[in-house]
Amino acid sequence: METKTKQEKLKATGSTLRISGAEAVIRCLLAEDANLIYGYPGGAIMPIYDEIYKFQDQLHHVLTRHEQGATHAAQGFARTSGKVGVALATSGPGATNLVTGIADAQIDSTPMVCITGQVASHLLGSDAFQETDIIGISTPVTKWNYQITKASEIPEIMAKAFYIARSGRPGPVLIDITKDAQFEMFDFTYNKCTGIRSYQPYPELINESLEEAVRLIGEAKKPFVVWGQGVILGQAEEEFKTFLETSGIPAAWTILGLSALPTGHPSNRGMVGMHGNYAPNLLTNECDLLIAIGMRFDDRVTGDLNTYAKQAKVIHLELDPAEVNKNVKADVTLLCDCKISLQALNDKISTKTYPEWIKRFDDLDVIEKEKVIYGDLNPTKPGLTMGESVEMINKHSNGDAVIVTDVGQHQMVACRYAKFTQSKSNVTSGGLGTMGFALPAAIGAKMGAPSREVVAIIGDGGYQMTIQELGTIFQQQVAVKIVILNNDFLGMVRQWQQLFFDKRYASTEMTNPDFVTIAKGYHIDAARVDKREDLDQAVANMMASDKPYFLEICVEKEDNVFPMIPTGASVSDIRLE
Amino acid sequence: MELKTYTISVYSENNIGLLNRISAIFLKRHINLESFSTSESEIPDVFRFVIVVNIAPDKVHKIVQQIEKQIDVIKAYYHTDEETIFQENALYKIRSSYLFEERQIQNIIKSSHATIVTVSPEFFVIEKTGFREETEKLRQELAPYGLLQFVRSGRISVTKAKMGISEILNTFKK
Repeated sequence: METKTKQEKLKATGSTLRISGAEAVIRCLLAEDANLIYGYPGGAIMPIYDEIYKFQDQLHHVLTRHEQGATHAAQGFARTSGKVGVALATSGPGATNLVTGIADAQIDSTPMVCITGQVASHLLGSDAFQETDIIGISTPVTKWNYQITKASEIPEIMAKAFYIARSGRPGPVLIDITKDAQFEMFDFTYNKCTGIRSYQPYPELINESLEEAVRLIGEAKKPFVVWGQGVILGQAEEEFKTFLETSGIPAAWTILGLSALPTGHPSNRGMVGMHGNYAPNLLTNECDLLIAIGMRFDDRVTGDLNTYAKQAKVIHLELDPAEVNKNVKADVTLLCDCKISLQALNDKISTKTYPEWIKRFDDLDVIEKEKVIYGDLNPTKPGLTMGESVEMINKHSNGDAVIVTDVGQHQMVACRYAKFTQSKSNVTSGGLGTMGFALPAAIGAKMGAPSREVVAIIGDGGYQMTIQELGTIFQQQVAVKIVILNNDFLGMVRQWQQLFFDKRYASTEMTNPDFVTIAKGYHIDAARVDKREDLDQAVANMMASDKPYFLEICVEKEDNVFPMIPTGASVSDIRLE
Repeated sequence: MELKTYTISVYSENNIGLLNRISAIFLKRHINLESFSTSESEIPDVFRFVIVVNIAPDKVHKIVQQIEKQIDVIKAYYHTDEETIFQENALYKIRSSYLFEERQIQNIIKSSHATIVTVSPEFFVIEKTGFREETEKLRQELAPYGLLQFVRSGRISVTKAKMGISEILNTFKK
């Protein structure tokens, strides 16, 4: 295997050192600027934890309450900081507990390096205590993985791990290190990886494709942009904004693209997909040019592919060749980092406006406001709605908080109504739909953006999947605001049962504990609100706190999220009620 | 959509676990493999997988993209039978006594252009290289005499067009 490297001056030493594999792991982390890591100790990774103890003045280790929490925290950290998140676990169950977070990071392209301890190399395959084939288990859900059995492999493999995790389309990498390799002494030098011969992070932009894209944009009468997380991952927010402002093209986001453009920007026409906005979904099937930027046409975005944007020419800006023509056939593909493609487009396109086309969006927005949004945000029935709760958070955060969500109704409502002014502000489990993501992810999100307000909005179901991370929040005093939108139901599943299973509410109603008492048990300030007249003050109190704070908002039990495109239906069949 | 036979050629680093990574791509999509073989390629330290799969034409491109996306894969291609030169190899183990008692076996071996690899007092082994139909025909002809063992390799193939792997590797060195 051939790699390109760059000689890095060792932070601590400056030259070759004879050290243990375990110490080498720590020095590699520091050389990669990873001085904040999440994890959980155990037998097979104890040599590395012993070094964490010795390096505690340089490396902050956050002890989560479950390894899954460590991965989600590392993801949250990566999503708000733009850096690689790091999670550590022991062999066997420690390693398998990482799998959900790794799968989540893979499908949502989150840069993460997971390090697992493994039984000593002479025990591999012997069914030793806490032995599991984590390489085999994690293969389908990692961008790359590798088992280290000799200390001398550690510097090169760690350098590759960080390079692979952060470059191109980011993703999770798992490095499994046998216990004997952690103990083994060797001569350590560290070279940062700058290239791998079998791996091209992204292709070079092809000029003919660019010309063709410019031509299509120039000819379009009703162009429409759908953008995804690629804009954020490519740090292309400025180029993207310029593109929209110059081209005059209306744009809508996928759930992971949210916050790349301020929600109040005039070109921002809302969300596409299953619970997205009315106008962008309907007009997907009316536009004559669909420009997809850093998104992958997930089925939750497209609905029925046979009726998706068939009338439109498609330009796809994407850096992963495997995503091009996977779900939607593109007429022109700009295969490159979208920061580069967008800049190249910006150099060639001219200023335009589409007043009649934009009016189509405005008119449909009015319908959605009347039929859905007004009722969500200004309800007259006694029970609180999720929509007004999110709106109240907007009011007190001035739309400038990082919003971390879990999965379900609250997630869709939060993404629909939360206001954003800065990029990297929406942290959610999009592709995998991992309930239990939000609470630990919020820990990482706050540590990745310590100066920002971080509000986790979570349902009562998902909250209880990783509720033990309250212990991490308490121990580390991570000043996150935790909002539970409690409807005593697994709300989204219940909504589907109501709409598609004749209201047979199988196993979706929850008998919940006293969440406020639980939070207080962890010495976290906590309050509950169930009346409209108290909501404003309750959210104000939460936002005024500079400590961790828990707020339970008791919402209407059987509210539904609309608009909705039923699974497998066309985006044109979007329902408002 | 009608299935078609494709030969997928993968040039890769020689790393533990890559076989698992590639087979997982087929597993995830519920695709059965017809054959799978691997060996060192014409380039030192570069391995070559030859995978035969019956698959819809619109799917094969997507699969190959997913294979090529793997970090340790240098390049992956897919070809139809017309675009490749391919062979399989089969071994047939038969009781030695039949070689002398059943004169017909000698005729079968001769007409099939198979070669005798080894003869011992108890058994003899013949080998046949060729297309699937040829090794299969021989198997069916020998079956009535009682095959002690039969084994067929996966397809190995080279393409008519050039692969250009060395160029890719040289570009990296620059």
